[in-house]
Amino acid sequence: MKTNRIVITGMGLTAPNGGNPSEFRANILSGIVRFQIIELRYIGKVIAGVCSFNPSKYQNKKEVRAGTRAGSIGIYCAQEALVDSMIEVNESNKSRIGTYIGITEHGNVETENEIANIANYNYDVRFWNHYHNPRTVANNPAGEITVNTGITGPHYCIGAACAAGNMGIIQGAQQLLLGEVDIAIAGGVSESIHTFGIFAGFKSQNALAWHEDANKASRPFDIGRNGIVVSEGGAAFILERLSDAKKRNARIYAEIAGWANNSDGTSYVLPNPERQAECMALAIKNSGISPEDISLINTHATATKAGDIQECEAVRKVFSAAKKHPFVNNTKGFIGHAMGAAGALELAANIPSFSDGIIHPCHNIDKLDPECELPGLLAGEKAIRSPSEIKFILNNSFGMLGINSSLIVKKFDE
Amino acid sequence: MTREQIAQVVKDIINDILPDGDCSNINPEQKLREQLELDSMDFLDIVMEIRKRYRVEIPEPDYPRLATLNSCVDYLEPKLKDK
Repeated sequence: MKTNRIVITGMGLTAPNGGNPSEFRANILSGIVRFQIIELRYIGKVIAGVCSFNPSKYQNKKEVRAGTRAGSIGIYCAQEALVDSMIEVNESNKSRIGTYIGITEHGNVETENEIANIANYNYDVRFWNHYHNPRTVANNPAGEITVNTGITGPHYCIGAACAAGNMGIIQGAQQLLLGEVDIAIAGGVSESIHTFGIFAGFKSQNALAWHEDANKASRPFDIGRNGIVVSEGGAAFILERLSDAKKRNARIYAEIAGWANNSDGTSYVLPNPERQAECMALAIKNSGISPEDISLINTHATATKAGDIQECEAVRKVFSAAKKHPFVNNTKGFIGHAMGAAGALELAANIPSFSDGIIHPCHNIDKLDPECELPGLLAGEKAIRSPSEIKFILNNSFGMLGINSSLIVKKFDE
Repeated sequence: MTREQIAQVVKDIINDILPDGDCSNINPEQKLREQLELDSMDFLDIVMEIRKRYRVEIPEPDYPRLATLNSCVDYLEPKLKDK
C-alpha cells in the first residue's frame, strides 16, 4: 500500500478540557471533564463542549470578525502544530505545504446567524453580510489557515461526517505519498455547537444527551447513556515523509501504519456493523499486521444506543479469533462528540500511550451495557504497561450516510 | 448630528473594522487607505455599519466620496443632519 513511511512530527489542538496536547492528556488521565450548559436560539439549554483557546494568539481582530469559528479553531490548531514541529513557514517551503482539514458540516452556523441578523431588519437582504460566501464555502477552515499562515500549497476540506478527523489525516498521508506536498497539516475541526440545527436534529432522533450534571452527560457504553454531547474543537497534525523528518532531526510522535475507509451503502443514519468490521479488518491488512498486533482500539462510541452496540459487534467480529485482545477505550466520555474533529482529537488523546504506556479508560461508565462488553475494555480504571508494549493504535471514526474510517498508527521504530 | 459627531462615528466604525490599532490620529485630509490597513472588503463593512446604525444607503458610485475622513463627513452630513 505504501512505498514510503509517513510520520507525525507535530500536534496542535483545542478541546473542551485542554488547549494543548499535554494539558489535554493530563486532564483525560485525571478524569477532568468540562462540559457546559449553553443556550441556543430556538432550542434553549443544551449540554455542549466549549473550547477556551484565545483566537487572538494567532489572528488579528479583522480575521476573527471576517472568518468563522471553524476557521479560528483551524488556525489555532495548525499554528500550534507548526510551532510544535519546529517548522517555520517561509519562502522556500510555503508552496510545498498542504492543508487538509476534515469537517462534518460547514456553513450551518454562519447561515443561521445571518438569518437571525436580517430578522432584526424585517428580512431585508441588504443587511446580509458580504462575508457570508467566504465563510460558508466548503474549504473555509482550511482556506483560513492558508490566509493566516501564508501557505500557498493546496488546501481543502474533507467533508466526511463524523469520520472527518480521521479522513483529514488519511488525506494528508495520501498526498505525501503522491509527492504532491512535502508537509501536510492534517486533521479536523468542528464549530457545530454554534448551530441550533445540529442539536435539534439529534434531539429529533432521540440522540441528544441530557444529564443534570453536565459532566456526566456523555457516557458511551454505559447502560444509562441517552445520546450525544456535541462539542467544538480541533486537532491538527504535522505529517511528513520519514526521510524528510529525519533530515531535519524532527521529533517523531508516531508513524501512520495504514488505514481504510468504506461505505455502509445501507442507511442515512443507522450504522452497519458488517461494513465497520470490514473497514477495521482492511485497515489491519493494509498495515501489514494481524488483529493481535493491535494494542488499543479507540472506539468511535458516541453514546447512542444503536451506535455503541453495533460498533462493539463489529469489534467482536474482527478480534474474536485473535490470540491476544487489544485494550478498548473511547474518548467521548471526556470530550463529547467533537464531530469533524472527533477522530483527530481522539487520536491525539491516545498517541501519548506510545511514550507513557498509560491507556486511558472510558469515562462515565457507572454500569456497563452488557451488549458493550468486550475483552480488554477499560470500563473504569486506566491500564499501565511498559511503553514498549504499546505498538499499534486503531482509531475508529464513523459517520452518517455510512462512512467508516479506521486509522492505524504505530509506535515509531527506526 | 454635527460634523464633529459624524467624524467620531466614522472613526468608531473604522476602529471596529481595522485589523489592529486605531485611527484616532489620522489626517482627515489624507486618503484613509493611504493611512490605514483597509481593503475594499473593509469599505463594504463601513457601508454596512452606516446602513445598520442610521438606515443610510450609500450607492456604489458614491464610494469614492468616502476616500478621506473629511470627505466622509461632507458626504454624510446632509444624510445624518436629522439623526
